[in-house]
Amino acid sequence: MTAALKAKHQRLILVVIALFVIIGAGLLAAYGLRNEANYFYLPGQMAANPPEVGQPVRLGGMVQEGSLSMLDDGLTVSFVVTDKEQATVDVRYSGILPDLFVEGSGVVADGRIAPDGVFVADQLLAKHDENYVPRELQGMDQHSADQTLETLETGA
Amino acid sequence: MHGFANPKRFLALASWLTPLLLVSGLLLTAIALVWGLFYVPPDRLMGETVRILFIHVPAAWLGMGGWTAIAISSLVFLVWKHPLAGLAARAAAVPGLVFTAICLVTGSIWGRPTWGTWWVWDGRLTSMLVLLFLYFGYIALSQAVAREGGSSRIPAIFGLVGAINIPIINRSVVWWNSLHQPPSITMGNSSIDTEFLVPLAVSVIGFSLLFGGVVLARMRALLAEIQTEARLRRKADGGA
Repeated sequence: MTAALKAKHQRLILVVIALFVIIGAGLLAAYGLRNEANYFYLPGQMAANPPEVGQPVRLGGMVQEGSLSMLDDGLTVSFVVTDKEQATVDVRYSGILPDLFVEGSGVVADGRIAPDGVFVADQLLAKHDENYVPRELQGMDQHSADQTLETLETGA
Repeated sequence: MHGFANPKRFLALASWLTPLLLVSGLLLTAIALVWGLFYVPPDRLMGETVRILFIHVPAAWLGMGGWTAIAISSLVFLVWKHPLAGLAARAAAVPGLVFTAICLVTGSIWGRPTWGTWWVWDGRLTSMLVLLFLYFGYIALSQAVAREGGSSRIPAIFGLVGAINIPIINRSVVWWNSLHQPPSITMGNSSIDTEFLVPLAVSVIGFSLLFGGVVLARMRALLAEIQTEARLRRKADGGA
């Protein structure tokens, strides 16, 4: 009986050590990936580490209130993407806007920096925030906008 | 715990618990889905597509919960050598796979109108897809071991190692910038309005009961299979 208990404890200790090693390796890998596995760069990250002109890059952030405007050609929109640290990137995009694309909400843009320093997007994706609010409660917009900004801070 | 390692006691418990879980799970799921699909108001931005929440979120949690069950059962199997723990891990794999697949499919359908794309390779979506492949690998491995013979410790070790993906899925939207939204429900905090949250809770409970019922039913089936095989072998040996 004591021998059986011993074997059992031995296995427990072995498995626990193995688990610690695996979890450690996993966390280390995830930590190493924390700057590489980002789906997009925030404006602040882009300002700190500017990509080369013409290099494909993905930008994510919040569409600044009041910045959205249609250019004279009637096809191209221009807007400003911002983040919690108030860093901004000017964006130009010609194409169909996603349904959820509104000022004050999140956006992810695929594109590249043009020679004039403006980010030219080929594709826009709307980023939904984690708030789920019925239409009847639209008054919460500003509050949820603040929260969206807050969540954009993650990973920065 | 040792009491339930006895297959006889387990079967006595499972014979009434299985139908109870399945029936109550079906009932709650039906209530939650009718509620969520027909009576909940549309979301402020997403409109009607918010209704997919009531399938997507429980499926995602149970997809991860299934692997957590596999990992815990594998640990118990490896350390205490409870044969039922090994069966529990095998039984949780297929429903876990199904819920993970439901999560990926509904998420993709939701992503098209909401984000503007069916699929992106961000941290959350990619790690969830990895979970789906882990399930396939685990099922293939455990079935091969059950059929061909071999140490049941192999799938158990795979189950434990694969568990590292679970915290990665959970944290993926916090560690990395992702297109998928960050968690709406954290410890004691929710940014989901009560009108959505209550049917969501009912749905999660219903799906979980269903999951438990399916796992128990599959464990009973696996036990019956083992017993039949043993009986046939005994008969064959006696006849020879």
